[in-house]
Amino acid sequence: MTCLPTSTQKKLGLVIDLDTCVGCHGCVTACKGWNTQNYGAPLSDIDAYGADPSGTFLNRVFSYEVQPEEGAAQTVHFPKSCLHCEDAPCVTVCPTGASYKRAEDGIVLVDEDRCIGCGLCAWSCAYGARELDQDAGVMKKCTLCVDRIYNENLPEEDRVPACVRTCPSGARHFGDLGDPNSDVSKLVEERGGFDLMPDQGNKPVNKYLPPRLKDRLDTPAMTPVTEKEPKGFLGWLDKALERI
Amino acid sequence: MHPAPSVIIFTTLSGLGFGLLAFLGLGIPDVTGNTAFAFFALAYAMAAGGLLASTFHLGNKKNAIYAFSQWRTSWLSREGIAAVATLVIFGPVAIGRVFFDSDMALIGVIGSVFALLTVFTTSMIYAQLKTIPRWYQPIVPVMFLLHAIAGGALFAGASKLAGVLLLLLVGVMVWMWREGDRREADGADTMESATGLGAIGKVRMYESAHTARNYVMDEMIHRVGRKHAQKLRNIAILLIGALPAVMLLILPAGHFVSALAIILHLAGIAIGRWLFFAEARHVVGLYYGK
Repeated sequence: MTCLPTSTQKKLGLVIDLDTCVGCHGCVTACKGWNTQNYGAPLSDIDAYGADPSGTFLNRVFSYEVQPEEGAAQTVHFPKSCLHCEDAPCVTVCPTGASYKRAEDGIVLVDEDRCIGCGLCAWSCAYGARELDQDAGVMKKCTLCVDRIYNENLPEEDRVPACVRTCPSGARHFGDLGDPNSDVSKLVEERGGFDLMPDQGNKPVNKYLPPRLKDRLDTPAMTPVTEKEPKGFLGWLDKALERI
Repeated sequence: MHPAPSVIIFTTLSGLGFGLLAFLGLGIPDVTGNTAFAFFALAYAMAAGGLLASTFHLGNKKNAIYAFSQWRTSWLSREGIAAVATLVIFGPVAIGRVFFDSDMALIGVIGSVFALLTVFTTSMIYAQLKTIPRWYQPIVPVMFLLHAIAGGALFAGASKLAGVLLLLLVGVMVWMWREGDRREADGADTMESATGLGAIGKVRMYESAHTARNYVMDEMIHRVGRKHAQKLRNIAILLIGALPAVMLLILPAGHFVSALAIILHLAGIAIGRWLFFAEARHVVGLYYGK
């Protein structure tokens, strides 16, 4: 079971636009809410109201400062969850067969009735996408909301992952990245979507869209006032004080 | 990586246990009766005790039986199977030597091969992880195997052989550390490749995704070990190999010398194995700027 499928009919995944993400953490909250009430063990919080709170999340948003060679630094908000890799090492290292990749749509899931909570899959993941729930003792990870996307009890517009449905800035897109004509594939093509840590060789399905080029100020950044040579009375005072 | 006591005890004890079994399978030392009982009891206690310790950190022990099912892809599963097979194979060998004064040479040799195979599978659990550049190198299995063989020789009372093997082990460990340092220093993965933002400029973490600690940080971002790494390496080298080897090779063989060498060796392994985990850097730390 932990053998990876040689190919999958679809490659369902997310495309995350680093240009439009505003870092509101709405996707984090929506994910925690949906996945606590649905598929598998709830995402627990430990010592939630105490001095040392911690909890399980399937999606987290980092913020980075990127400093170009010249000019002002840029802030980039960076949501990170399971990338549903084609060559997912978290699947093959699993001793119990709990970790598996579905042949029909490429989603990587954990069968909690087989998981022993050894944590080796989390060690093998370069992206920190798996967290061992400290209450249930089983490995938790993004399910791509497998219980939403095929759920005919939900209105059609809700049949996307909770993070995508909730994103207020339209920075998250869901679709079949194995189909070159899908909206998400075209978006990746148009915007130059990229893989995270390509050297790891995991072939992630999820793609990230780079921030667009920003406008640049023509005038140079302000020089600090103290570095200017003072003139007039201040100049005289400066020199006089230097001499003392 | 987080140096969990259960994993350190497991790799240390079971490695020594399987190492000793490998020698007993070859008839070294050639003992029967009560002496054989003592040797096999010690080997089984270390091998099985270590395996038992490894289950302490499992989050969900009740599913443990499934861990024997995925031998086709999982080194952890292969290890479980190899370990149980080794312990079973050595059953008749031990019973024969203890109660019937007989040597089942062929089964013993098969058992020895399985014992070393078990140690190899253990080592591959670590050496397969591309996410940890310090572990992802061929010398890691060599180190684990030499640890088991040298420790086994030490426990089996093959003093001179143990002395030579321990010196070899020290050499391998120094090599492993230096190569590990090199791999960590010029690793292909950087904050820029982790975030894919390198085309714009230099990346720095501005705000972490979470203010509290989490499982990923607890488990994979452990920095204390790196601070005193060089000192601990020197101590480990002295205790694991250099001092015991000198004692075993120069002093006349005897129980006292062997016991002292074993005590030093055990203390050294504990430090070395702690360091193996504590100083290893996982690439996920890049997302945290660490």
